[in-house]
Amino acid sequence: MKSEEPASYEEAAELLRGAAADGRPVRFRGGGTKLGWGRPIPEPDLELCTGALDRVLEHNAGDFTAVLQAGVPLAVAQAAFASAGQMLALDPPLSPWGGAGDDTALDAADAGATIGGIVATADSGPLRHKYGGVRDLVVGVTVVLSDGTIARAGGKVIKNVAGYDLGKLFAGAFGTLGLIAEVTVRLHPRPARTATVVARSSDPAQLAAAAAALAHAPLEADSLDLWWDAFPVEDFQTETGVGLRPGPASGSGAVLARFASADPFPRAEEATALLRRIGDADMPVEIDDDDQACWDAQRTAQRSDVVVKVSALPAALPASMAAAQALGGTLVARAGLGLAWIQLPVCASTGGGGAGRADAPAQAGRTDARGEPGALDAAVVAEAVEELRRRLAPAPCVLLDAPAEVRARLDPWGGETGPVTLMRKVKERFDPAGVCAPGLFVGGI
Amino acid sequence: MRGPVPIGELVSICGPERVITEHAALRTYESDGLLQYAVVPAAAVLPDSADEVAAVVAACHRTGVPWVARGSGTGLSGGSLPVEGGVVISLSRMRRILEVDLDNQRILVEPGVTNAQISAAVGPTHFYPPDPSSQVICSIGGNVAENSGGVHCFKYGFTTNWVVGCEVVLPDGSTTVLGGAFGELDRPGYDLLGAFVGSEGTLGVATKIWLRVTPAPEATRTVVAYFNTPEEAGQVVSDIVSAGVVPGAMEIMDKLAIAATEAATHAGNPLDAGALLIVELDGSESECDARFDEVVRFCEANGATGVRIAASEDERALIWKARKAAFAAMGRISPNFYVQDGVIPRTRLPQALRRIEDLGVEYGLRVANVFHAGDGNLHPLVLFDAAVAGEAERAEELAGRIVEVCVDEGGSLTGEHGIGVDKKRYMPKMFSEADLATFQRLRCAFDPEGMANPGKVMPTPRLCGEVPGPYRQHPLEAAGLIDRL
Ligand SMILES: Cc1cc2nc3c(=O)[nH]c(=O)nc-3n(C[C@@H](O)[C@H](O)[C@H](O)COP(=O)(O)OP(=O)(O)OC[C@H]3O[C@@H](n4cnc5c(N)ncnc54)[C@H](O)[C@@H]3O)c2cc1C
Ligand SMILES: Cc1cc2nc3c(=O)[nH]c(=O)nc-3n(C[C@H](O)[C@H](O)[C@H](O)COP(=O)(O)OP(=O)(O)OC[C@H]3O[C@@H](n4cnc5c(N)ncnc54)[C@H](O)[C@@H]3O)c2cc1C
Repeated sequence: MKSEEPASYEEAAELLRGAAADGRPVRFRGGGTKLGWGRPIPEPDLELCTGALDRVLEHNAGDFTAVLQAGVPLAVAQAAFASAGQMLALDPPLSPWGGAGDDTALDAADAGATIGGIVATADSGPLRHKYGGVRDLVVGVTVVLSDGTIARAGGKVIKNVAGYDLGKLFAGAFGTLGLIAEVTVRLHPRPARTATVVARSSDPAQLAAAAAALAHAPLEADSLDLWWDAFPVEDFQTETGVGLRPGPASGSGAVLARFASADPFPRAEEATALLRRIGDADMPVEIDDDDQACWDAQRTAQRSDVVVKVSALPAALPASMAAAQALGGTLVARAGLGLAWIQLPVCASTGGGGAGRADAPAQAGRTDARGEPGALDAAVVAEAVEELRRRLAPAPCVLLDAPAEVRARLDPWGGETGPVTLMRKVKERFDPAGVCAPGLFVGGI
Repeated sequence: MRGPVPIGELVSICGPERVITEHAALRTYESDGLLQYAVVPAAAVLPDSADEVAAVVAACHRTGVPWVARGSGTGLSGGSLPVEGGVVISLSRMRRILEVDLDNQRILVEPGVTNAQISAAVGPTHFYPPDPSSQVICSIGGNVAENSGGVHCFKYGFTTNWVVGCEVVLPDGSTTVLGGAFGELDRPGYDLLGAFVGSEGTLGVATKIWLRVTPAPEATRTVVAYFNTPEEAGQVVSDIVSAGVVPGAMEIMDKLAIAATEAATHAGNPLDAGALLIVELDGSESECDARFDEVVRFCEANGATGVRIAASEDERALIWKARKAAFAAMGRISPNFYVQDGVIPRTRLPQALRRIEDLGVEYGLRVANVFHAGDGNLHPLVLFDAAVAGEAERAEELAGRIVEVCVDEGGSLTGEHGIGVDKKRYMPKMFSEADLATFQRLRCAFDPEGMANPGKVMPTPRLCGEVPGPYRQHPLEAAGLIDRL
């Protein structure tokens, strides 16, 4: 495979046109942190890296917008915005494979994720609750198509309805329609202070009720998440075994609501009072004003050896928790939106029962676990994923992280959900040569 | 390709009383809210169900007849202007609220339901935030097609941020679901729903719409401040936003707009003010109270000549009545007016206003300004007298120059009213030929024959070629009998 690093959009266009003319498949590469996602496809002939498209072109602090080239690492952009008291409200999952509890290593592992890669995968974290996802924050894009066209859609202002919104089309398209060369994003003020209300319980119904109450209260939380772990914390380090193990009768979990403003405490206290009315002594509620660690843990738990993303309605949360429990897994959810990420414990050589929730530097055991590919029974794991799909139907369940041998046994996208015929027509129009990551996407697009 | 309208078939689908072919009756559909344009269609149909819509579209597809979907006809860019010889598909009979699911904060509706009915159906505990000033009349299908906004959009987002799924009849008559099939987010695949919202009826007809709704705010605090100039009011908006305060709404009106709305509503705003700024905070009691003093301080620091705080719900309603009546109120001070809709980066407000004022002088016409200040969405209202020879043309030209100023300042041709027919000729000011050709690719994927609302959005008519398949050698070429040049 040849790898190129174009320094301009024109150069990228030239390379793409060349590849299309010879029918050579191309893959785009940002930080390379999620290249494994999607359907397994043969190694392409050409890899176009966005490493040299790495400039923050504009940061219009007064207008709360920024124009970024695709190869800008999110961390670099965030640092620039932070100096003006602003942020891009995207907090995609953190990699759990940095050093356990070592923040700098963790940061380094994620530092590579580029804005282009994040838009192409359209992944999101806890901030989605209030600020929306990638699709809601990208206001303009410049793309390069496989016939060498360089085109722009959207604009540089937060409100604009001129022309089709191609930014949304390219967000989450996994680079199968063309290269995202540049994006314009909407920024938000960085909150002065935050406080998080945490309610813990080992009763899934109680947690779901707590989450629902918070979702319906006019308290305007920045984030509203839930986690559930099939194994009580004590079991976590001692449990050994290979492959899947069913969960015990009951696990434990928590609901978390984060409030942000100059003074978030009055709302945090209102939320606490609300939760105390729902639960009793078996649902302790507390306010955490040093809350970064618990939200980092939520993000980290979206990645693991095997992760299935469930797109359901909020009322299906108990069903998702029950499924995680039955399969001995761990769940994190955007409780107000209905999205959940279920981790299946597959490489259980040193545990792996959960995200290592335990309030602690969460990744203990993970690095070891990852080093044991032999400990995996791919057929068992693939069957567990299908079992999840059966239990949670009709909610789409997409397999995100998973070892190649699991990926090879099933369709990570869960089949042809949605208007695949129309999607194929869109693909044919934007990439008529069919060279942009063919086969990776839904329906083998 | 284009054939005669298959009236008989339309009648067999919808029944004779719901197929209109008589010229006088068809004139109901000749324009939308932009009355400069009028075209009488060959027929209008009023389907009662998604199945009927699909059958009508399929009949048009088979016979090569273009069609235009129509909601309530309040559009301000000629989006639902009929096509000559074509069919208007009016969705005004499809007004059922199909499911209210407050547990999941979702509602499923037919496209003809009005915007205001949606908030009513989920209230008082919840509401649907995008609130165009036309909300009592305009349809949710029209809102989806235009990606409509409103005064609450700076904080809450636009239609596109609240639609989670749509059942759509595609131009070939087939039915599909874009986005969530049961109201869920993040269905795997291309975000075709995101591309459909704001596509101005050119990609298909929405026949069922899933929306998210949100808890109604616990408290609302509304204040109006008066200034000598709109620039001062604009600076307050910038100060508020920079301080991290996110009001539910921020609206500015200039002196002329105040005069017109006072004549229409007697809201009690002083006629000598150069501008007024409405700021409405909403959210939890504690948060509103904490932020309200800050807002008032920003107003005073920027030279407010007066500050009026709404003491009651009635007073708040009066403040909004003046603002929401702004377009219609122009009739009080001018025989005719043209509503423009452009966007600028908020920090360019002083320059943009100066340029608009200079243009008004150049054209010898008055321009009133009303704007959604948080998101830089200007609605300059160009006043003219159609009875004066040439003035209507001058007004139209001036309005065009104004959106060019917006684009020039780094903004957009339209923030919420759409391109339609009215602004398509300005599209090349904002987009290159490559950009436009790329938009066309999307349209061709949905509607290769160009039957859905043709003549809108794109500046020039475009056809869709065949999809160029992968290159294959012709057998004669392989045999060395012919060469490809
Ligand atoms: C299905 C899926 C599930 C995911 N799940 C998780 C998760 O559970 N946890 C998590 O932490 N992250 C997840 N992510 C990844 C995500 O949000 C990353 O933060 C981001 O993708 C990393 O950026 P990168 O620069 O490393 O991208 P890369 O790993 O380099 O690329 C990711 C994908 O985007 C494409 N791409 C990259 N740049 C461009 C561009 N400029 N134009 C077009 N296409 C481009 C690539 O071809 C590839 O398909 C997921 C991503 C996907 C696709
Ligand atoms: C006084 C006044 C105030 C206004 N204020 C605002 C405002 O504050 N914010 C704002 O954004 N707009 C505003 N508008 C503009 C207008 O109300 C909106 O654009 C509205 O969304 C149009 O809805 P409608 O049902 O009237 O659609 P129509 O005018 O009938 O149609 C508009 C477009 O939508 C398409 N369409 C309609 N229904 C469907 C469907 N079911 N499927 C596919 N396409 C469809 C049509 O083909 C057309 O292209 C205002 C208009 C007026 C007259």
